[in-house]
Amino acid sequence: MLSIKDLQVKIGDKSILKGISLDIKPGEVHAIMGPNGSGKSTLSHVLAGKEGYTITGGSIEIEGQDLEEMAPEIRAREGLFLAFQYPVEIPGVSNIYLLKAALNAVRKHQGLTEVDALDFLALVKEKIKLLGMDEKFLYRSVNQGFSGGEKKRNEILQMAVMEPKMCIMDETDSGLDIDALQIVAAGVNSLRSEKRSFLMITHYQRLLDYIVPDVVHVLADGRIVKTGGPELALELEQKGYGWIGQVE
Amino acid sequence: MASAVSSLEKYLEEYDEIKSTLPGQGLDWLVQLRQQGLDQFSTQGFPTTRDEDWRYTNVTPFIKKSFQSVLAKPSTTVLPEQMDHYYVPDCWQVVIVDGHFSNTLSKLDGLPEEVVVMALSDALIKCPDKVKSYLGQAVENEDHGFIHYNTAWFSEGLFVWIPQQVKMKQPLQLVHVVTQENVATATRNLIVAEAGAEGVVIESYFGSQAQAYLTSSISEVFVAENAHLTLYKLQNEASKALHCSGVYSQQEKHSTFNYLDFSFGGLIARNELHVNVGFAAACDLNGLFVGSGRQHFDNHTWINHLQPRGSSRELFKGILDGRARGVFQGCVKVFEDAQKIDSEMHNHNLLLSDNAEIDTKPQLVIYADDVKCAHGVTVGQLDDASVFYLQSRAVSEEEAKNMLTFAFANEMVDQIKVSSFKSYILALLLQKFPQGGIEQEWL
Ligand SMILES: Nc1ncnc2c1ncn2[C@@H]1O[C@H](COP(=O)(O)OP(=O)(O)OP(=O)(O)O)[C@@H](O)[C@H]1O
Ligand SMILES: [Mg+2]
Repeated sequence: MLSIKDLQVKIGDKSILKGISLDIKPGEVHAIMGPNGSGKSTLSHVLAGKEGYTITGGSIEIEGQDLEEMAPEIRAREGLFLAFQYPVEIPGVSNIYLLKAALNAVRKHQGLTEVDALDFLALVKEKIKLLGMDEKFLYRSVNQGFSGGEKKRNEILQMAVMEPKMCIMDETDSGLDIDALQIVAAGVNSLRSEKRSFLMITHYQRLLDYIVPDVVHVLADGRIVKTGGPELALELEQKGYGWIGQVE
Repeated sequence: MASAVSSLEKYLEEYDEIKSTLPGQGLDWLVQLRQQGLDQFSTQGFPTTRDEDWRYTNVTPFIKKSFQSVLAKPSTTVLPEQMDHYYVPDCWQVVIVDGHFSNTLSKLDGLPEEVVVMALSDALIKCPDKVKSYLGQAVENEDHGFIHYNTAWFSEGLFVWIPQQVKMKQPLQLVHVVTQENVATATRNLIVAEAGAEGVVIESYFGSQAQAYLTSSISEVFVAENAHLTLYKLQNEASKALHCSGVYSQQEKHSTFNYLDFSFGGLIARNELHVNVGFAAACDLNGLFVGSGRQHFDNHTWINHLQPRGSSRELFKGILDGRARGVFQGCVKVFEDAQKIDSEMHNHNLLLSDNAEIDTKPQLVIYADDVKCAHGVTVGQLDDASVFYLQSRAVSEEEAKNMLTFAFANEMVDQIKVSSFKSYILALLLQKFPQGGIEQEWL
């Protein structure tokens, strides 16, 4: 699904990612953990196509296609989705309008017709229920005045509506209360399928209790310094990141 | 300079020709008032960029064309079906075409008997004393070439008088249309809400084709004790028009005045807004201007807090593309004994091209000590992070920008409380965003 080879990224003159390789197969769930400032969000932004980063080496492919040349909206239409660590507030654009625009852009790209208003409403209402959100959120401006946890949930609502094949979730768990975490995790689990892959960035084992990853990576100072199974996350929770450096 | 003088002379020469056709010629007080206006206009002429308040807005080249008063031209017939798209649904309408009231095009059925709504020319025949007590009162202390011109030349206008405690159950729309080329029209509106009265008035200005002409309009607004008046104004003149308007409002105790302006059309549009806020009265002044090409929008506002405990809110937003230029000058003045004033003034602008320009200057002049006044100005481009966020949701860059621009404007549309007018404005605004794929029902 997603294949990253020796990716090197700079912001200005500063090297942030120093050679990252990742191979995520269809249906797999990967988790990335790592200290603050190690480059996790940078990786997610580069994958989504944000400007301001210079790729100085390596490659990124999604289902064999080179990602680098694709505009962000094309990546999204091709099925790559990023749930942001810090979702942006968009005053004046209603949530439901963006959801519809997003879904139709994806459908059009796939050669499908636009959804009609009634079908769309039915679909959105089903998804919003899945995430335990109030329907009122549909008619509010995107993320405007949402609490931290509400924003995170809203990201997953967008993901559920767009049905991407490569879902990247950047610290979706931070800001969610315990109940919300369970609901969101259940929502994500319901999206799991053998054709859909997940890359979850997190600091905490708790999320991984609910969404059990196949592979866990540790990112430190722009490099993947360790890769293991779900038990690696447990170990990190107990010992912190210090010991990995010693292993190196 | 020489040409400016000669063009002024042309206007003055023409005045002798049309004078006898002006409404209210039999009323001594009005003849006198017009003469005063003419005298002052003949010494001052139209404002030039040497006037501090007109520094950024040069009307001289325009005025030089010496537009002919519509009164000097034969009148045109306009068919009702040509007017359809100017009418805002669910409103009463007073229609003025090329400076003349049209009875057949106006729609005033079902208007409550006690409310007086008519053409100013009719009011000067039917209730001249009522007109006399308001005409010129709100602009009495103003000294301004366009006011003097308007006073001397006005051929028509809207007269609205809502008696005490009466609430108009439907908005009233003034439909002002110019169909001819190279003409000058002068319109004077009087809007009066007596104590405890409530009403909504929509002033709308249109031009039928891409023609050059001058619209001069002055509205004098009187909001008595406990009265609540909302005035919407839509300026959608033809693309080469010069639109110069002034709204002068006098607010008494505990009254509210809400004003919301939409400027879309014309080549040069100057809006002046002068509000005198009385004791514990509140005013809310808002505006949106959307310009492209070489359009020029100038908004000058003055809020005077003459009495204590008043409040004022002001928000003007501008969106400028191409080589369009905007001016915002807002002045809030709090007089010596006007304590406990709460005032806020904001101006936010979006520049969509490198060649667009805005000059903005909020100003506070405060002589009282116990007041709360805030102001803020922003000038900028669309936020990159927002554009990227929308792109990451599969929306194209162009559509994302359109969406954000539209959202910026939509905040002002959202303030419209009359749903038929809201849809009307939204439809006009959508025409300004042709390639966005914005769907009205989803906003
Ligand atoms: N625009 C920028 N200019 C300079 N440095 C930047 C910029 N953006 C990010 N960085 C730096 O890049 C490094 C990686 O940041 P990134 O946001 O990817 O970290 P992270 O692993 O997501 O951290 P966290 O766990 O706190 O979210 C940090 O040192 C950060 O300060
Ligand atoms: Mg991060």
